[in-house]
Amino acid sequence: MEVVIALARAFLVGGSICAVGQVLIDRTALTPARILVSFVVAGVVLGGLGLYQPLLDFAGAGASVPLTGFGALLARGVREAVAESGALGALTGGLTASAGGITAAVVCALTAALLSHSRDK
Amino acid sequence: MSMTAPEYQALAARLAPKSKPWVNVPKAFFTGGCICAIGQGLILLYTGLGLPADTASGACSMTLVALSALLTGLGVYDRLARHAGAGTLVPITGFANAMVSPALEFKNEGFILGIAAKMFVIAGPVLVYGLTASVVYGVLLCLGQLVV
Repeated sequence: MEVVIALARAFLVGGSICAVGQVLIDRTALTPARILVSFVVAGVVLGGLGLYQPLLDFAGAGASVPLTGFGALLARGVREAVAESGALGALTGGLTASAGGITAAVVCALTAALLSHSRDK
Repeated sequence: MSMTAPEYQALAARLAPKSKPWVNVPKAFFTGGCICAIGQGLILLYTGLGLPADTASGACSMTLVALSALLTGLGVYDRLARHAGAGTLVPITGFANAMVSPALEFKNEGFILGIAAKMFVIAGPVLVYGLTASVVYGVLLCLGQLVV
């Protein structure tokens, strides 16, 4: 039962965040690239204000999988690094926290691009 | 086939893709929700295998990124994205898709300026502004510590 509740929370919260993105696409002139940038920056702001952590606690992957979660991760990394090593942490925290994800994305993207062929859209 | 200008305009208006929020938004909600639920399933699996919560969440993101890169390579993800809109764009899978898709499209321009450079057409701006925002936050934190 706990598993079902966790999955349902992730579904509802993650779905809602995506629905916000869709409303922005439909109602405004925001291109997909701008949506991605806005969501990451929004995640940094929400994470910095401490508003994103409650959502992460509640929804798990529902909050961490959307790109706002990536932004919140950057903010958390900076907060922890500043607490640990002071001003230098402002520069090191973001990439330190997200190093695994970014490197995985680069390596996976390169592998996929090398192994497959371009096709008509 | 011949038709008059008004007939052509009527046909074009009928065939042009319409923005239908009452269809698009539920589709985005459902698809995005499903991707996040799959992510939650992965987190539960990884924590079940003994990973701490933080690591499990990171491993979940990496798994989704790998799956998305694979599905983009197979041409499945972009087909899904045509229907799901923000539902496939906003999750981390959309970020991976935004790297693989242009890399594939410009593969014929070479390994350096084709694949590797085009990989960052959308991912680059995301990193530039995301990281800059995080540095601004860090500087504000430091200033806050000085004041307190």
